[in-house]
Amino acid sequence: MHDDNSQIVACIPRLRRYARALVGDRAEADDLVQDTLERAWSKFTLWRRTGDVRAWLFSIMHNLHIDQVRRPRLATEALGDEALEVSVRAEQGDALTVRDIDAALRLLPHEQREIVLLVALEQLTYDEVAKTLGIPVGTVMSRLSRGREKLRAVMEGRAMVSPLRVVK
Amino acid sequence: MSKLPITEADLHAYVDGLLPEVRRAEIEAYVASQPGEAERLRTYREQKDAIRAAYQGVLDEPLPRGLPLAPPRAPRWQRYAALVAWALMSGGVGWTLRGEMQSAPVVALGPSALPAPVASLPHQAAVAHVVYSPDVRRPVEIGADQEDQLVAWLSKRLGTPLKPPKLGGLGYELIGGRLLPGAHGPVAQFMYHDVTGKRLTLYVSTEFVDNKETAFQFAQEGLVNVFYWLDRNFGYALSAGIDKGELARVAIEVYRQVSPEGSTPTGDSK
Repeated sequence: MHDDNSQIVACIPRLRRYARALVGDRAEADDLVQDTLERAWSKFTLWRRTGDVRAWLFSIMHNLHIDQVRRPRLATEALGDEALEVSVRAEQGDALTVRDIDAALRLLPHEQREIVLLVALEQLTYDEVAKTLGIPVGTVMSRLSRGREKLRAVMEGRAMVSPLRVVK
Repeated sequence: MSKLPITEADLHAYVDGLLPEVRRAEIEAYVASQPGEAERLRTYREQKDAIRAAYQGVLDEPLPRGLPLAPPRAPRWQRYAALVAWALMSGGVGWTLRGEMQSAPVVALGPSALPAPVASLPHQAAVAHVVYSPDVRRPVEIGADQEDQLVAWLSKRLGTPLKPPKLGGLGYELIGGRLLPGAHGPVAQFMYHDVTGKRLTLYVSTEFVDNKETAFQFAQEGLVNVFYWLDRNFGYALSAGIDKGELARVAIEVYRQVSPEGSTPTGDSK
């Protein structure tokens, strides 16, 4: 029991990293982590856990995120000037800046973004991603492929950048 | 070289280092002959590197304050703390909600501890459990295979709609149910068992119409542990010879399913 508690706590920095990349906004990301942990603790004391703690936590976060994405939201947020530079390829050779990649990720549909991120950040195998998200591996592959291609297009300035206001 | 066609999935698996050595070599050779593909895959690798670099710093950030780093103390039971107050005040019983169930003091409620007939509820339930649960041949009057009939019959006899909760999610399947005499009238008993054959009974009485609702209360009757509570017009008692923590999990689920407002004890802890 105690070991499992510390396993969950040990995953928090990874959950925060993933959440930050997934939702972009720092406060929203931390809210997502908070909700994930609360749900995890509440389920944890009531249900027997099966399988890997990390995969379980990422599944919970995924489900919570989906709930949030599906919830209709009217709030929009004005993008700062930096948004205009999304399509501009970084000046120094091929190096991509943090701001570029973060802005480009925002332009991916969330279902592609989460797969691109789980593979890059958590280095999950495609099977693990499929299990975590509860979708077939084939779907994982097609979303990964489309996500990466879209990211490439955005970074190369081939894709249309979103209008100035995005619905968050 | 293998004759397997090279797919888009292979190319991604190559980028992600997920291919077996032989296949990796094949893809490498293929990519070497395709400058366009090589460039594309190189870009994907850069994306991965850029993503990792962009968010690497988050790993080292101090955790924001207020993150729950441990299970809440007395999870869920806090919700019942207010409800239990009347029982404590009326009988001075030392059932306190302190910490987790496992560490809470075990208090066998004496017959004088609570106003009758509530005090008799766990005792009656435990007796019924002891009498019927060891019965191998005929533990119930109507089996779960005739659940509709069981529900109709018990509902009719108790004069109010009654349905056995579904506990399959916790590993307990309904065996069936029977009608029993209570202190003043009919009482229903549902019986469940798990894969190991452990039996658990839910005793449902309508004899407590004057009482509103109470918290979960625990009693030990010999080797039988009983959780019982009142909810509107029903008195519920869950009995089994299983440990208190396990029984509490089941009690929470039963409560969730039978509570009229459908409140969920596992709900939002904010």
